[in-house]
Amino acid sequence: MGVTELRTPSKPAPESTAALLRELVSHLGDNRTQLREEWIRRITEARLLQAMSKEEIFAEATSVYDSYVEALETRTLETLQTYAQNLSERIIPRGVETHEVVGIVLLLRDVLARSLFSKYHSDSRVLNGMLDAYEPAANAIAITVAVGFVRERERIIREQQEAIRELSTPVLQVRERLLILPIIGLIDPLRARQLTEQLLRGIRANRAKVVVIDITGVAAMDASVANHLVLTVESARLLGARVIVTGLSPEIAQTLVNIGVDLGKMNTVGDLQGGIEEAERLLGYKVMPFAETQPA
Amino acid sequence: MQVPILKQGPYLIATIQSALTDADIVLLRDALVERVGRDRARGVIIDVTALDVMDSFATGTLQDVAQMVRLRGAETVIVGIQPDVAFAMVHMGLTLEGVATRLDLEEGLDFLNRTTRASAHR
Repeated sequence: MGVTELRTPSKPAPESTAALLRELVSHLGDNRTQLREEWIRRITEARLLQAMSKEEIFAEATSVYDSYVEALETRTLETLQTYAQNLSERIIPRGVETHEVVGIVLLLRDVLARSLFSKYHSDSRVLNGMLDAYEPAANAIAITVAVGFVRERERIIREQQEAIRELSTPVLQVRERLLILPIIGLIDPLRARQLTEQLLRGIRANRAKVVVIDITGVAAMDASVANHLVLTVESARLLGARVIVTGLSPEIAQTLVNIGVDLGKMNTVGDLQGGIEEAERLLGYKVMPFAETQPA
Repeated sequence: MQVPILKQGPYLIATIQSALTDADIVLLRDALVERVGRDRARGVIIDVTALDVMDSFATGTLQDVAQMVRLRGAETVIVGIQPDVAFAMVHMGLTLEGVATRLDLEEGLDFLNRTTRASAHR
């Protein structure tokens, strides 16, 4: 998907573009220290990358500069792409924002363009040819770095979503034949279906008689998800399990009343503790302090 | 296909072994209601573990069985509904209202032991 070949404008013939880029690369190589200093000065001035220390900025700027020159020299973006991805992996956890990454790459483009201006300002024909060769290459590099950064961010977001989904639906057995299903966070239709499936399978696998569904961690749910919850309770009953729902927030209580749930079918208890106590009662357990079981 | 009805102590056990036509289900209903009186049964267990579909006619008829059996002095429990079947049924609004359901045969027997013993004391 990425742009791997630097595209050149149609006007100058490819060989002359290559020659110009070669000259450009040698210019950038000769003035490496000075241009890099100028670039870092502009970064600091624009208050970019403030999450990083001066030394870190210097180190990163050096490697970005070298990869940049290398990309111009080899006219392929593969090394730069890999570097951009590496860089993103390192700086995203530090809280570096998209505008900062795009900003520093554009600053480098500006700094280099200025240096071309000052070197060739006497000969506008050479300057034009130089810019014709430089601009598309520089833009392609800027796009590569920005896309690499955004793609890395999206990958992290996807990974986290996946992790949350996997974490979010544990079915736990707390006593023989008593399951707890704590639900935390937002419930969308996909997750609701997953929850139902896991719960019904769990009931069969653990031969559960009572299930406590705790939704203390759910702030609100829409009517379709609330309806789904009611269907889940009914399905569990067909498998011979009683369901106790605990921790309904005022908003959810309102939703359930608004969609007209038959409350006679739903066994609800205020909090998880109450729910577990009710479940133990249904299962015939009696929990008491150890001291009371000893003969006086 | 006819459903065999086994007598086990005071209970009748009907195990459905394959998909049934509507006529088969009616036959099962009539046979169960008849046998409850003849065998002086106190409970009926209908095992549907093998079914992967329960339509509205089947659930309606099983509901009828439960009510008719109750009028003849016995309790009914349906056991072995599969998780997927249960959710599909509920989606269609077939909740087997007023009928006892349990996980499997063992749970069904346990349920009947409790409820019929309680009524014997009355």
